Amino acid sequence: MLALKDIRKSFGPIEVLHGVDLEVRAGEVHALLGENGAGKSTLMKIVSGIIQPSAGTISIDGQDRRFANYDEAIAAGVGIVFQEFSLIPYLTAVENMFLAREIKNRLGLLDRRAMRRRAEEILKKLEVDLPLDVPIARLSVAEQQFVEIAKALSLDARILVLDEPTATLTPSETEHLFKVMRELRAAGVAIVFISHHLEEIFEICDRITVLRDGEYVGSCAVADVTTDQLVEMMVGRRIENSFPPKPLPNPAAPVVLEVTELQLRRGGPVSSFQLRAGEILGFAGLVGSGRTETVLSMLGEYPAARCKLRIDGAERRLRDPADGLMHGIGLLPESRKEQGLITSFSILQNVSLNNYGKYRRGHWFIDFKKERACTETAMDQVRVKAQGAAARVDTLSGGNQQKVVIARWLNHQMRVLIFDEPTRGIDVGAKAEIYQLMRDFTAQGFAIIMISSELTEVIGMSDRVCVFRSGGIVATVEGSAITSEEIMTHATTGKVHHVA
Amino acid sequence: MSHDANIGAPAKARARQSALDWLLHSPLALPLVGLIVVSTLMAFASDNFFTVNNILNVLRQVSVVGILAVGMTFVILTGGIDLSVGAVMALAGTIAAGLMVNMGLHGGIGLLAAVGVGVGLGLFNGALVAWGKMPAIIVTLATMGIARGLGLIYSGGYPISGLPGWVSWFGVGRIGIVPVPVIIMVVVYLLAWVLLQRTAFGRHVYAIGGNETAARLSGVRTRMVKLAVFGISGLTASIAAIVLTGRLMSGQPNAGVGFELDAIAAVVLGGTAIAGGRGLILGTLIGAVLLGILNNGLNLMGINPYMQDVIKGLIILLAIYIGREWR
Repeated sequence: MLALKDIRKSFGPIEVLHGVDLEVRAGEVHALLGENGAGKSTLMKIVSGIIQPSAGTISIDGQDRRFANYDEAIAAGVGIVFQEFSLIPYLTAVENMFLAREIKNRLGLLDRRAMRRRAEEILKKLEVDLPLDVPIARLSVAEQQFVEIAKALSLDARILVLDEPTATLTPSETEHLFKVMRELRAAGVAIVFISHHLEEIFEICDRITVLRDGEYVGSCAVADVTTDQLVEMMVGRRIENSFPPKPLPNPAAPVVLEVTELQLRRGGPVSSFQLRAGEILGFAGLVGSGRTETVLSMLGEYPAARCKLRIDGAERRLRDPADGLMHGIGLLPESRKEQGLITSFSILQNVSLNNYGKYRRGHWFIDFKKERACTETAMDQVRVKAQGAAARVDTLSGGNQQKVVIARWLNHQMRVLIFDEPTRGIDVGAKAEIYQLMRDFTAQGFAIIMISSELTEVIGMSDRVCVFRSGGIVATVEGSAITSEEIMTHATTGKVHHVA
Repeated sequence: MSHDANIGAPAKARARQSALDWLLHSPLALPLVGLIVVSTLMAFASDNFFTVNNILNVLRQVSVVGILAVGMTFVILTGGIDLSVGAVMALAGTIAAGLMVNMGLHGGIGLLAAVGVGVGLGLFNGALVAWGKMPAIIVTLATMGIARGLGLIYSGGYPISGLPGWVSWFGVGRIGIVPVPVIIMVVVYLLAWVLLQRTAFGRHVYAIGGNETAARLSGVRTRMVKLAVFGISGLTASIAAIVLTGRLMSGQPNAGVGFELDAIAAVVLGGTAIAGGRGLILGTLIGAVLLGILNNGLNLMGINPYMQDVIKGLIILLAIYIGREWR
């Protein structure tokens, strides 16, 4: 029914999809699989007309189509349910379903009764029962998802894309969703299903297409593959980056940070881990598996249901990152621009932001000479390339910006540094430099937690790896067990223990 | 700006060049231009404008709003806003007068009480914004109503007069030829400048306005800083109350209506970004004086007061329009 051939997409000079094929038949559930950044979402945006392919063809029922925008894709029978819903929280289910195409009566006023009747019809077909007269915000996530699906169906969608619909659902809600999906399949709808949970793929899907780094890896029937084969298709064999050599593990190194109990949400899994001086502990997992929330909860920035930790053996409670700083825990946040840098500040001001305890005059005043000297030392240590300490940070390259945020922590007695996606969006040379810096730090006795969505980076840098899934750590691997297959298997199929 | 072009230039010329460069890129550039343009126009329009007396008179007239605008600058630099300053000022003045006149307490206690009221309400605002995570505009709008109402209840709606004579020194006294309110204002600006430019606290104020999340994640106690800026705003409101009470020689529960808007106008005319993170306290002084000159000049020209409001509004719009993309 839907056939994509040799789809390519470039953003500027960078090609992100290198000729992808996808064929979805009527009455099947087709899984689209791939790691973070493999190109799944980009491909689905092309199917739904939100972005246009640079090359390749899209055909529906054998007819070539081009969608200039989302509306044209809808008119052609494509419906898409995104991860972040596009529902208006204060409107009811019916109002949402008919948003911008309300049924009107002869006076041009809303025909509420007709809309409601139509909504009821569709939901009945789905065998879904949900309150129609309350604002969407009061419905559960699963119910909201059904409203999204019903909305797509009310537009006569014959091709339905579900982008990670189960990511936020409980097991019983997932079951209900699968039931609805089976109904739709029986009714001849073609469904593209994106999920990172392999057992779901085996339960509900008929065929699979795998992408890797924007490349088309292959398609096959679910019945013909095993979990291991799928993981290998997703991970592939790739060229290793040049990472600095790992030092020998030192089991005698003191534990500087121990998280004994951490539960992000009530009813979710409870995690624990230890961090030793001089090691790099990788946090691997898919986007949304709770890695960033875990470190932010430790720092008191994110409200966790439960969080107990020990620093140097003593039980501590951190209320905010300032407490973390006091106990020697520093963070290089995930997003440089939004969470790391103050872009209106110079390099100097960015580095000295949390350093004023170091150089004061008369207790209250900044000692500008010392400020400059300390900052320049820190800049040298991380090798920031800039015109000088007074340069504005928004004139720097991504790699240098990242180093500025790192430099901020070097004037303190730090023991733990948390690097959240340290090399995201920076070039290869700067990446290698940051890897080297991290090893320099551990050699000095720092302990590092590195969150990364790049598997090669996790494997190349980590002494041990905690694998996250659905909000908790499902496995910890070390030494020669740190392989892409091992990590991906845990990240996609690891057992999650829910605790009330 | 190309730095290489200056390499061969003599050191002195380079220093001058960089000072000019700094001025052109500082938030002060536009306010200064505005000040010069408006003063020149006024000087042409009225012979009396450029006299020492008239200039001191303008400064005296702007002192109350000028002092309020100092606290407002701190708050706006963090990305907040404080609508309560006018009403807090009126309440502080009314309570100070009430304690002196009705309770017969020493005037010093009355003035201290004014400061207590101002700082107390400021901290109340700050706590609700920082810990209650409520938007500053709503919190201070509510405080504005509360403070105004409390002042009216306390005074029964009437001005409280009969203050000891020395209180007038704060409002109309002079040291040499300089009015005391002007001296108080200058001192407040100096202290604010030191706080903003010479202390870690000041840097944190700018950091929060620039990127609150980044500041917090790097270990700045952002909530304490926000609490403090609202406290400072309350403090300057109470200092303004003392000046105003001295000038009016009474506690006026209805004083200062709309002063918060003049203070905001002064801050914004002074080149401070309304979203925070960028601006200088000297700019606020220029902004306040600019507003004062407009008032004074339009008066000297004998323009209908209703028309004056329209003209001032248009000038503010024009200033903000020109300043939009200025860096």
